Amino acid sequence: MTTRPAIEVTGVHRVFGRGPTAVTALHDINLSIAAGEFISLIGPSGCGKSTLLRLIADLDQPTDGTITVFDHSAKEARLAREYGIAFQQAGLLPWRTVAQNVDLPLQLAHQGKRARKERIDHLLDMVGLTDFANHYPDQLSGGMQQRVAIARALAEEPSLLLMDEPFGALDEMTREHLQTQLLRICAESRAAVVFVTHSIPEAVFLSNRVVVMSPRPGEIRRIVDITLDRTSDDLRTNPAFFESVAAVRDALHNGAPAGAGVDLR
Amino acid sequence: MTTTLKHAAATIAPPLILFTALLAAWQAFVTLGDIPAFILPGPTAIADQFTQFREPITGAALTTGRNALIGLIIGAILGILTAIISATLWIADRIAEPIVTALAVVPIVALAPVLYSMFGASSEQARIIVAALAVYVPVYLNTLTGLRQVLPVHRDLMRALAAKPLDVIRYVTIPTATPHVFTGLRMASALAVISAIVAEYFGGPRSGVGSFITTAAAGSNYAQAWAYVLGGIVVGLVFYTTTLALETYALRKAGHR
Amino acid sequence: MNAVKAVLSNKVVAAVLAIIAVAALWETYKALGPDQGVSLGETRILPRTTDITMPHTWEMIQRVVEPVSGATGAQPLWFAVFAAAVFTFSIAIAGWLIGVTVGVVLAVVMQRLAIIERAVLPLVIISQTVPLIALAPLVRSWGSQITIGTVPWQPWMSVAVIASYLAFFPVAVGMLRGLQSPPTIQVELLRAYGAGWWTTLMRLRLPASVPHLIPALRLAAANAVVGTIVAEVATGLPGGIGRMILEYANFASSDPAKPWAPIFGSIILGLIAAGVITLLGLLLRTYRRVETS
Repeated sequence: MTTRPAIEVTGVHRVFGRGPTAVTALHDINLSIAAGEFISLIGPSGCGKSTLLRLIADLDQPTDGTITVFDHSAKEARLAREYGIAFQQAGLLPWRTVAQNVDLPLQLAHQGKRARKERIDHLLDMVGLTDFANHYPDQLSGGMQQRVAIARALAEEPSLLLMDEPFGALDEMTREHLQTQLLRICAESRAAVVFVTHSIPEAVFLSNRVVVMSPRPGEIRRIVDITLDRTSDDLRTNPAFFESVAAVRDALHNGAPAGAGVDLR
Repeated sequence: MTTTLKHAAATIAPPLILFTALLAAWQAFVTLGDIPAFILPGPTAIADQFTQFREPITGAALTTGRNALIGLIIGAILGILTAIISATLWIADRIAEPIVTALAVVPIVALAPVLYSMFGASSEQARIIVAALAVYVPVYLNTLTGLRQVLPVHRDLMRALAAKPLDVIRYVTIPTATPHVFTGLRMASALAVISAIVAEYFGGPRSGVGSFITTAAAGSNYAQAWAYVLGGIVVGLVFYTTTLALETYALRKAGHR
Repeated sequence: MNAVKAVLSNKVVAAVLAIIAVAALWETYKALGPDQGVSLGETRILPRTTDITMPHTWEMIQRVVEPVSGATGAQPLWFAVFAAAVFTFSIAIAGWLIGVTVGVVLAVVMQRLAIIERAVLPLVIISQTVPLIALAPLVRSWGSQITIGTVPWQPWMSVAVIASYLAFFPVAVGMLRGLQSPPTIQVELLRAYGAGWWTTLMRLRLPASVPHLIPALRLAAANAVVGTIVAEVATGLPGGIGRMILEYANFASSDPAKPWAPIFGSIILGLIAAGVITLLGLLLRTYRRVETS
């Protein structure tokens, strides 16, 4: 593993529309994400967190500024399939079974049949859906569909995972369960993650750093470092966890100096 | 298994019972009311004529069915091809839109007389073209709708996976559009038969169901005319159920449920 | 390119361009195609291009302003077509009204009683897959044989009945879908207020059905026009566009542009019928708002 950054965002602006109706979605964004780092983007609706993720994924282009992904332009990284992506909707193809959905990226990459079969089995095992390989998406619960989408995002062993509120539509119990699983999967794959969310506990639970954004225009207000002992079993009830939650909440609400015990940059 | 059977019975039984009741009421009305045949012959009289004229009715039904089938194939191919062009080329869409909007509300069968003169009054071509035009409209509109149903999340996904344009078409666009294409075809299959029959009222050779209905009615053979109508109904039902079966099979095979 | 896009976004411009494109296609084929058309074996797959079978587009237009026939004092052709169109349109309106009434009543009954929906809806759908319009020549014999009360059955009534048969289907299906469109939460909200079936129908289901009803009414209007023209031909009712199309077809060899006039008339009639419903839709646009979340 080299020390090169996974993502380098420099002076990025994104303006939608032209003239008097133009909306500045992102204003002067600068952000560096290290390899293997878990970053959350958090902020109210309209703060541009999803837009920033789409720019990194090259699903949209910045009006100004540059984005590099593993030292390449975002477009080159996309064409080289450097990242895996999961959306708020699972976005599974309804006419394909669970296994076939996970297979899609491998099929597009023209991998051999046997290698694909092995990889699918491994991925389905990882997300605990081996028994559902031949089910269709409409036969699965929302949480299971999202697990398929995550398996699909991990199909080509990417060293970067982009996730746009993947657990946003799920109930709290499923959500916490998937968060724990995601942490385990990330530890196994050592991938860097950019995770868009509007849940403060979710961001704190998952991330090394939480990027707090504010709207109109979309800007980075503060970046909160999270230092938690992730080996402990009762992380969610840990006082350090609540302190971090309070720090992020504080940064979100007014940007006034945060409470004690929180490391700010 | 028993539950599916029960379900099927529950679906089929009510319309079947109603249909039988309507037939019985019709027969009773004609018999008890002493209704003359020129107003309404009874179902038994029609069935009697149907068996008696089985051979000419079959021949006429085959001619009409052939016209409708060729029209259906031509119209469907043209409809799907031009819809693909319209989905790709913005300018083609803009030019085609008013034409198809007009075709959708315009009596296409009215073109039959001039088509008879363009292709020759002794040929079946005019009927085939009327059927093809009638088929074209729903197939084009539904295919175009289907091609535009691709979800933004699927488009993003394929872009993120750096899929080639042909792969996007193969893995997303075609599967998304297929159910809509079949909806169009199903609507079109009935229209093809109806148009082929009606086009026969506007002239052309005396060969199909439509022309025999007019002949029989003009000769006051009312029950016989009704028997030919029944022949046309059978053709229509065959077309509709065949398309429906094809649709069910193709969609199941493609993984649609 | 952007200027082209802006111009083409105008519907009128696009429609004019479309007409020009069709006319150009016609003239190009007429100029380049062989006189006897193109045949594949016995079958002619492209039409003959002589002036008799394919008159020039400008001849068709010119013919419309000329008199109907050589007789002195003959009306201009467009006027004769106009008169026939008015006749056909009034029958179509009658057919449309009957069809819409039957369709709406059927839909309300089907919505009210599920068992009726299960029995009637499949038959309604099958009724459209079978060419029952083939019955049209038989309805002809009803003329002057039936009386309703003291009113003798008029031939135009047969035509209107056939037109209504084509018109009722889209209304029945579209209206039923519209009546069933309110989500459960809205239905339960009204139930929570103690509203009965009638109140729910008037306050919720009817307004909710408008977005589904407008396209159905437009289709019904187009179908009523088609049905009237076909029925005029099949029952031999004189005075309307349908009969005129058939009569003028006899002039195909001596006056080849003449048969096109009633065809254009029928096309305009179809467009007007659909256009009227679009206007109706504009009046009801309050009910076509969509709740966005």
